[in-house]
Amino acid sequence: MTADGGQRSIQRVAQVIALVGVAALLGLLIWRVAFKDTSGAADELAAGKLVDAPAFTLDRLDTEGGRLALADLRGKAVVVNFWASWCIPCRDEAPVLQKTYERYRDRGLVVLGVDVNDFKEDARRFMKRYGITYPVAYDGKGSTVGKWGVRGFPETFFVDRSGTLVGERIEGAVDIERNRETFERGIALALGDAP
Amino acid sequence: MGFRVVVAVLVALLAATAPAVAAPSPSDLEAELVCPTCKTTLDQSDSPIARRMKQRIRTLLSQGATEKQIKAELVAQFGPGVIAEPPKSGFDLLAWLVPLGILAGGALGVGAIAWGWRRRRRDEVPAEPLDPALERRLDAELERYDA
Repeated sequence: MTADGGQRSIQRVAQVIALVGVAALLGLLIWRVAFKDTSGAADELAAGKLVDAPAFTLDRLDTEGGRLALADLRGKAVVVNFWASWCIPCRDEAPVLQKTYERYRDRGLVVLGVDVNDFKEDARRFMKRYGITYPVAYDGKGSTVGKWGVRGFPETFFVDRSGTLVGERIEGAVDIERNRETFERGIALALGDAP
Repeated sequence: MGFRVVVAVLVALLAATAPAVAAPSPSDLEAELVCPTCKTTLDQSDSPIARRMKQRIRTLLSQGATEKQIKAELVAQFGPGVIAEPPKSGFDLLAWLVPLGILAGGALGVGAIAWGWRRRRRDEVPAEPLDPALERRLDAELERYDA
């Protein structure tokens, strides 16, 4: 082989390596875009789609040990509230959620707190301080955030007895002037009282 | 006896000169841990949970916890994503291997190009010296051209 021929073959190999590298990076990008779940249940609900509440099974904070699955509450109306002890509006709404639980519990409604990105001990202290007796699941890793499409804390969703999301997602503390109607309608829909 | 004394002195000297294992500083740890809500390192974040995590790190350090113990506690609470450095297993291993692969590929490429240049230069045929008569004639022509 001549020197020019050797040089050309080296160049060819380098070109192939570069092309393979670029193709691999492009493949990774496409795979990431195609398979990453970017829209959570909240976006689908807002688009008017019929959405099953995303399933989860998490550790319980309201009992010593034990796990809590959303599926275990099938047959009940559920108000799912995402919160954290460091979130200031969560403090404002905690008494409202507790009262809601006490008021509708006999009719088969459960308020389910999901404590996200928080220290367990801080969450338990918060629950004790605000007298929370409804079930609370612990999601320190934030594994539910993407699936549900949670954008901030607190956020509240309504799930009917068949496990379908109903009403509208409430961003921010519940039962203040701007969302009292949405909150009450969400409860009514979850209980099956509203068409 | 003398040998034992020498060994003892050497051991004492080594112990005295060996670098002590420094306790981790809060700022070092804050640069290596990620705020779970804002996804930046703790030293870059002032979110409520980042502030709480910094406070927890300081408490654990004051209790004598090691870097490993502090990270383990935070991973137990917030998951492995709380460590800024990607894990060296599974899909995340690519984050370590790809840059190394690119570096190795680049080094190989540079080596191959250098080898090719060197080989081409070696294969080049040196120019033959001009015939003295022809050189004289060329000089004369150039002088006439300059004039």
